[in-house]
Amino acid sequence: MSEFLFVVVPYVCLTTFVVGHLWRYRYDKFGWTTRSSQLYENRLLRIGSPLFHFGMLGVVGGHIIGLLVPESWTNAVGISERTYHVVAVVGGLISGVMTVVGMAILIYRRRTTGPVFSATTVMDKVMYAFLAAAITLGMWNTIAGSILTIGGEYNYRQGVSVWFRSFLAFQPNADLMANAPLGFQLHALVAFGLFAIWPFTRLVHVFSAPVGYVTRPYIVYRSRDDTRLGSHRPRRGWDRVG
Amino acid sequence: MRVMAQMAMVMNLDKCIGCHTCSVTCKQAWTNRSGTEYIWFNNVETRPGLGYPRTYEDQEKWQGGWELNSRGRMKLKAGGRFKNLMTIFSNPKLPSINEYYEPWTYDYATLTDAPAQAHTPVARPKSLISGNNMKIEWSANWDDDLGGSTATAHRDPMLKKIADKVKFEFEQTFMFYLPRICEHCLNPSCAASCPSGAIYKREEDGIVLVDQDKCRGWRKCVSGCPYKKVYFNHRTGKAEKCTFCFPRIEVGLPTVCAETCVGRLRYIGLILYDADKVLEAASQEDEQGLYEAQRDVFLDPSDPEVIREAERAGIARDWVDAAQRSPIYALINTYKVALPLHPEYRTMPMVWYIPPLSPVVDVVAETGEDAEDTGNLFAAIDALRIPVEYLAELFTAGDVAPVDAVLKKLGAMRCYMRDINMGRDPDGAIPAAVGMTEEEMYDMYRLLAIAKYDERYVIPPAHAEQAHSLEELSTECSVSDYGGGQQDVFGEGSGTPTPIAVENFQMLQARQTSDSLTGPENKGRRVNLLNWDGKGSPPGVFPPKGPDS
Ligand code: HEM
Ligand code: SF4
Ligand code: SF4
Repeated sequence: MSEFLFVVVPYVCLTTFVVGHLWRYRYDKFGWTTRSSQLYENRLLRIGSPLFHFGMLGVVGGHIIGLLVPESWTNAVGISERTYHVVAVVGGLISGVMTVVGMAILIYRRRTTGPVFSATTVMDKVMYAFLAAAITLGMWNTIAGSILTIGGEYNYRQGVSVWFRSFLAFQPNADLMANAPLGFQLHALVAFGLFAIWPFTRLVHVFSAPVGYVTRPYIVYRSRDDTRLGSHRPRRGWDRVG
Repeated sequence: MRVMAQMAMVMNLDKCIGCHTCSVTCKQAWTNRSGTEYIWFNNVETRPGLGYPRTYEDQEKWQGGWELNSRGRMKLKAGGRFKNLMTIFSNPKLPSINEYYEPWTYDYATLTDAPAQAHTPVARPKSLISGNNMKIEWSANWDDDLGGSTATAHRDPMLKKIADKVKFEFEQTFMFYLPRICEHCLNPSCAASCPSGAIYKREEDGIVLVDQDKCRGWRKCVSGCPYKKVYFNHRTGKAEKCTFCFPRIEVGLPTVCAETCVGRLRYIGLILYDADKVLEAASQEDEQGLYEAQRDVFLDPSDPEVIREAERAGIARDWVDAAQRSPIYALINTYKVALPLHPEYRTMPMVWYIPPLSPVVDVVAETGEDAEDTGNLFAAIDALRIPVEYLAELFTAGDVAPVDAVLKKLGAMRCYMRDINMGRDPDGAIPAAVGMTEEEMYDMYRLLAIAKYDERYVIPPAHAEQAHSLEELSTECSVSDYGGGQQDVFGEGSGTPTPIAVENFQMLQARQTSDSLTGPENKGRRVNLLNWDGKGSPPGVFPPKGPDS
């Protein structure tokens, strides 16, 4: 069973994640957008969206550090288990609370603002269900596991994180996950579910985060692209010569 | 010198009757889809008035365009690159839909479906945003013809600048129309604000376009453009803007707004400019110097050195020829009667305007004096400070001297031509008073008043060897190339694009260049039943009968 849940399911989800993005990018560049709803409503979005996104950036950063950096590395540079724990919990709490509050505002806004609600697709709803579940479970793990220590202390850096790296290295070790507390197991499963639907939702916008803007010249010039005047390519055999 | 070509437009405001034909035809051609209801690539504003979207010219509020930083360097008014990215999650300067207007339709079905009842059923307005019944309170030209302007006009940002002198009393009003499209700026701040680099300026003709496949809906261009000419399609989640009708321009046809303009007041042509000088000119410290600075960027297409450099830059010979015949160059640089709209935004706009003399003429005519007398007109131009200062706020960052000069030229043209039309001897002193020769004045009259089709539009087509793949000709397009239709799995309009051909090129050209209303005589086989009066057989349907019938 644990083989299925923590090896087969994650790999299937990872595959849809990767292949799904490639496919969507090829097939539907036009649909690849944030679908901003700011035009409809600004008062709530102005608070909710930055809260959620800045919180989310913290959460993503925290996950990258927590999951990808082995404990032995932080030990080697002299960061004690205790310090790491405090920093992680405080950082996690701050960004977690921002994310949760921000998300609550966004969902409330989606549901109650007429125009925003009518512009909400089925995929949006599914996405929010998974996103909310993953975030809530994650918060629960931080609060219940690390602060209140309900059900005993669990050092995820020796369990979940090691499993995740083994998973990425294609040598999955399902036992590590099977021995983790239920909260962590559920969080991981829901997160993989989210990854599986990711390419088919508006979340694709995350992969076009405009980092290039910082360095590119302000004004972009582009040639008319003589292989493609107008909005379509010339048919085969009609290519321009010379 | 780095020569680049720019397709540009000039509008002669004296001739605009505010009929909105341009807006309507443009909308029919480009923005009649859902999600674009409120999008007017072309709109016509009554000035004084709030404009569309409301008070868009108040850059202290909307922070569009560029400004100079403390070191005199160009910087986006809304903030630098980092600030731009930090405010991406919620754009603090995005106008809400209420600043435009809530688009609506009417519940027409009740007119036919309603059960028998004592009162006539009414079609109620329904919001196209929320779907609910709504009260119509504003629209794209709500203050048309100064309608309701006693309540709103004091909010006109341009009027505010000269406000202490203006008492908005009805007897003192002046009014004119300002049709606006995207300026296709030389230094577009929309493009500079776009985080994904989806907005680009075409190297060949300077048209500024949004790549719909690269736009990610960050909606930063909307606030970045000081003219508010990028709009957000709230259905597709992508930015859309005026395309200068590039599929038509590519085959040598004028834009839809120009083609259908009732006043025939739009001019389209090429301008050659020195791309190396744009930034420096736009960074000119004195805002009132920006008009001259921009004029200096334009190159004289008859200068042999410019021609040589243009050739080196790969600009084809027929394009240089077109630039020499360009009405735009003539109006901006030879006659110097066209002025840029809001040069102080530092985007180097490329749709210029000939300011209207009519507010002045109207006043003179009302006093009973002769409105075609140079003395009277010149005196009125000097005396009527409010209209002139208002025009200066629009076109020269408040500097009245260039506006005065243009108005006097237009006034002089009126008076000079009247003598000719009345069969009197032309008075050479009139053109001389505004620094022109008689011949120049007559040429300017031809261009402005006679305004022949092929003098108004000098548009070199893209090259013949590419013609088969041009949008407008579409000789090779078959529906199957585009997936045979839309599959909107991910929401409105997702999937591969459909082509945007507008009208049949040959047919249009034949119609434009023929002298008759029906169609070219020599093209007997073209049938146009619209012009058939019902008597006899419609022309062209049957082969011509023998001479005896
Ligand atoms: C760092 C890169 C990111 C950028 C630049 C970005 C930007 C945006 C923007 C501009 C919107 C549209 C807001 C609006 O006007 O309606 C948006 C919406 C959204 N983003 Fe992001 N985002 C990023 C990362 C993320 C991440 C990591 C997540 C979560 C996994 C996320 C989840 C969402 C959601 C759920 C919405 C929809 C909000 C709503 O309208 O209900 N974003 N994002
Ligand atoms: S007027 Fe047109 S080109 Fe200029 S900034 Fe606005 S959208 Fe861009
Ligand atoms: S069609 Fe011409 S005359 Fe009519 S509003 Fe437009 S610009 Fe003015």
